[in-house]
Amino acid sequence: MASAENFNTLSAGKGSNTGFDSSMFKRKFFQAMKYVILVLGCLIVIVPLLVVFLGSLKDNREFLSSNVFALPTHIEWSNYKTAFIDGKVLLGLKNTLIILVISCFFTVILGTMTAYVVQRFNTVMGKVMKAAFLCAQLFPSITMQVTVYSIMNKFGLVGTMGAPILLYIGTDIISIYIFIQFLNNISYSLDESAYMDGANYFTIYFKIILPNLKPAIATVLIIKIISIYNDFYTANLYMPSDELSVVSTSLYRFMGPYGAKWEIIFAGIVICTVPVLIIFLFLQKYIYAGLTNGAVKE
Amino acid sequence: MTGTANLTKKKRFGRIYRQQLLTVIIFLLIPTVLLITFTYLPAANMFAFSLEKRDQFGVDVEFVGLQNYKTIFETPEYFSAFKNSLYYLAGSFIQLSLALFLATILCSKIRFSNFFKGVLFFPYMINTVAVALIFRRFFQRGDGVTNTDGTLNTIITLLGGEPIKFLSSEGLVNICLVFISIWRYIGMDLVMFIGAIQSVSPELYEAASLDGANGFQNFRYIIFPEIKPIILLQMILAVKGAISVYDIPYIVTGGRFGSSTFVIETTETAFKFHKVGLACAMSVVLFLIIVVVTVIQKLAFKEDK
Repeated sequence: MASAENFNTLSAGKGSNTGFDSSMFKRKFFQAMKYVILVLGCLIVIVPLLVVFLGSLKDNREFLSSNVFALPTHIEWSNYKTAFIDGKVLLGLKNTLIILVISCFFTVILGTMTAYVVQRFNTVMGKVMKAAFLCAQLFPSITMQVTVYSIMNKFGLVGTMGAPILLYIGTDIISIYIFIQFLNNISYSLDESAYMDGANYFTIYFKIILPNLKPAIATVLIIKIISIYNDFYTANLYMPSDELSVVSTSLYRFMGPYGAKWEIIFAGIVICTVPVLIIFLFLQKYIYAGLTNGAVKE
Repeated sequence: MTGTANLTKKKRFGRIYRQQLLTVIIFLLIPTVLLITFTYLPAANMFAFSLEKRDQFGVDVEFVGLQNYKTIFETPEYFSAFKNSLYYLAGSFIQLSLALFLATILCSKIRFSNFFKGVLFFPYMINTVAVALIFRRFFQRGDGVTNTDGTLNTIITLLGGEPIKFLSSEGLVNICLVFISIWRYIGMDLVMFIGAIQSVSPELYEAASLDGANGFQNFRYIIFPEIKPIILLQMILAVKGAISVYDIPYIVTGGRFGSSTFVIETTETAFKFHKVGLACAMSVVLFLIIVVVTVIQKLAFKEDK
């Protein structure tokens, strides 16, 4: 709060010698300018989205004959039905959810296990692993798929959900890094006293490490969910069939059959964005915290 | 310490060691297998294949030495794709400065600051493909038959201007694509800067205000030093981001009209033209750039500490 008040002296500082009135005016002017800038910024965000929403409610004739800002004369819900069923958005949401649940579960389990061993035990293998994970971060993930693809192909995983899931689980170095950073701040004395009481390392991991890593798990889950939900490349490469559409690829495939039918594409976009908006409104605080923690640890 | 105590201690250490080893092996087994199979094995292949002429199925493989690397530097399209990353790099600096500016405004005494922050951040949560499609339409120039003018051209017409073919003009397409990228990612920087500014201890401002510091001085001497590491980190990450651009240009223009990026060229070379050897060489070039940038990053942050 103290910081907020001091910021308002931005204008007052310079204008103070020209008298009280002028400095008041300047301060008011700058304050008003701040709102103008913010409202302008918000318009730039909202206008393209509003156009999508309006367009999704028009029928094809009206879409082509009316101005993008014109309100629909009658509301055409059938676009949503087309997008949902024929456009496979519903299927996309379902497949995305399946992939998300499996990948997140294993990312958390394997990530925390790796971090526990690497950070707590001073073994050579742990150190080697840590270095190996850090180096792995250097490989450009998209262009690496040129060679990953043939390996996936050998395992018969191309055209299955297995390929993206294995990649989301197995090449997620940032999560492990975040877990290690959090573990640095969890006192060893907790493990030691449990060990003295006769607990083995498995018990310590499940009873002490995992519960204490809850904030880190939340951070990792937020980052992971956003990144999987947004991933277009791996899904498009490894799951080319319509039946395995995820949100990204189902929207992308709209461009073929509905290339000129923007009202249906728009309906698809609205369907995929509304759940995100609702989640965002409820979890705003956690999402901000999760992303900030994750980014600073990078 | 007596001898027996020493002996039991040794025994205990042996037991601890064995148990630790067992835990290490069990816990690390799956992650190690995954890491080797999906990162190090393909990485080794990448280096090996980059010296070969090979197609997708690995038939008729021929060792060609550094020929693929030579091809990269002699093909003008790849070079122009590299040049395009400069647009994105410039874009990220604009994005960072704008985010910093908005963050300082939002941290001052502003009503509805959470609402503004939420709106400005929200594009980050929208699916990438959705964002790309939204802007494909936003920048569209209608042909009068199957499609009408998009949002931007409608505004231009309303203001009395002539509609522009934004996405099919070589001079404008990259600027439009960078705009989309800023629109989508600025919220993330904003949230990070706000977090950093708010973590500055209030006592610093009180002390500064006693010394008669004004708003600009507050920014220059209190806020800026506090968030300097974040700015630096973001600038380095921006370089990595700029050479790895893929999704938005691929979906919006398919890389046409001079909007291709190096990553788009690489994937097309591999999966469309089936020149796996060449694509691997391109991948190695990208890898080397990332290594150089990362080394710079590590050096920069070592000095800071």
